[in-house]
Amino acid sequence: MLVHSRTGRWTAWSLFAVLFVPLFALPLLVILAASFSTHWSGAFPSGPTTAHYTAAVRGESLQALTTSLVTAVTASVVALTVGTWAALAAAALGRKGKRVLDALFMLPVAVPSVVVGLAVLVAFSQPPVLLNGTRWIVIIAHTVLVTAFAHQSVSAALRRLDPMYEQAAASLGARPSYVLLRVKLPLLLPSLTAAAGLCFALSMGELSATVMLYPPDWTPLPVLVFTATDRGSLFTGSALAVVLMTATLLVLLAVSRIRTKASYR
Amino acid sequence: MASPGTGLLERRRAPGAVPTRSDPADRVPATVWPWALPPVAVLAVVFLYPLALVVRESLAPGAYAEVLSSPSFRDALLTTVWLAVASTAGCLVLGFVLALVIAFVPFPGGKAVSKFIDVFLSFPSFLITLALLFLYGTVGMANGIWTDATGDPTGPFRFLGTPWGVLLAEITYFTPFVMRPLLAAFSQMETAQLEAASSLGARPSRIVRQVILPEALPALAAGGSLVLVMCLNEFGIVLFTGAKGVTTLPMLVHSKAILESDYAAACVVAVVNVALSVGLYVLYRGVSRRAGA
Repeated sequence: MLVHSRTGRWTAWSLFAVLFVPLFALPLLVILAASFSTHWSGAFPSGPTTAHYTAAVRGESLQALTTSLVTAVTASVVALTVGTWAALAAAALGRKGKRVLDALFMLPVAVPSVVVGLAVLVAFSQPPVLLNGTRWIVIIAHTVLVTAFAHQSVSAALRRLDPMYEQAAASLGARPSYVLLRVKLPLLLPSLTAAAGLCFALSMGELSATVMLYPPDWTPLPVLVFTATDRGSLFTGSALAVVLMTATLLVLLAVSRIRTKASYR
Repeated sequence: MASPGTGLLERRRAPGAVPTRSDPADRVPATVWPWALPPVAVLAVVFLYPLALVVRESLAPGAYAEVLSSPSFRDALLTTVWLAVASTAGCLVLGFVLALVIAFVPFPGGKAVSKFIDVFLSFPSFLITLALLFLYGTVGMANGIWTDATGDPTGPFRFLGTPWGVLLAEITYFTPFVMRPLLAAFSQMETAQLEAASSLGARPSRIVRQVILPEALPALAAGGSLVLVMCLNEFGIVLFTGAKGVTTLPMLVHSKAILESDYAAACVVAVVNVALSVGLYVLYRGVSRRAGA
């Protein structure tokens, strides 16, 4: 306890509330309120409606939602595989090799997402591989962006892993593949699911790289939110944004349930 | 060190010897190397090769000279850097104050607030700009209240299309990225130090300055440099303000490539942006490694 006087504590709390509520709580509430209304010309929105939602779960919007979900799941699975593989390989290498591999896989975090989009667009619009205009170019860009985060969280988990378990298994005669599959990966499972959730959330909300290269028949939800708000349909845009947030949260919730189950093992 | 390390090897080590991490350290069997190849090959095809192509494209004759001498590029560079620096400073101050209250002036619901911050991090950045449009846009809450109160049909809040709107959005969105490492650092702090300082008569402001701040510096440095890099690369927030007056480097990459189809120029801007962010990121890794994060 830092502040012992009663008034001091109340001052600290009200300062917190004054900063926290308008900056962090209000934005989300405002989007939620706007998604249920048709006008906002006074202090509060007016014209309550659910029409934006009935529109948001139909046609173009529904397709955008499934597009986002498919993209995010594919990108997360591939990123998790590649990132975990790289983290495991890096941990087995010496210190120098590990540093090189970690630096390579961390690079996409530092490179702006727009540039990742531009690079993928430039690379796959020319031979030998022509993917421009297909869904694969979007999925590749998302995979690149989230692989770094998968790699980062899995290697952090590997660092915390007690080496005694695998040493014990190996000393009892387990082959390396058996140690990996039956000892290491189960121990890593909580971190793997956490990494999967992170990758999924990032990919669901990805806009910067996507606007550089999405084809008309593969429009993820964030792009649709942008085009809606850009043409002035702010209320439709916020309903789509709420759908996006809800879908992300539901999947994160499901993923965290897997995690709690695994960590009791 | 995170691992409990009670193995025989650990115990036999001479006192004072620095234990190395997970210790396959220096001798790597030759069979290990090939295992690193598949992920690196994937990364090379989908990321390193495309990046190399961007660099090659940027080397088109005259591209650098033309872009670097154009006023729009210099404006964008300046805007990007000052917005990123100002946002980072704002996030550090705000994040420090908020984390301080959560950690040291605990209140019921503090746990829920930390949870909320975690959730906040998983939302895309452009949502903040969207929300600000309803809060401070030409039609929206703040201007609506003004109109209701004064009868003046246009409210005084019209900063959203200016860099100040972007600044507000970036501070809002990135502050949680500073708070998380800070809260982690605060949770490991000895409260005995605080109690001792306060029982010796130090006022809260002095405890913050002389006890808490020095302990928080590594976390502040790590969080701050991460936010700086992310602000330099931020695109969604700027795109959503729809402001023609605010052009940052990522916006310039997008407009050159998609709107003007001038790929050589886009690649030049991209290379400059990558150099800036990767340089800072290397700095961040150094800082956070020293901070033990």
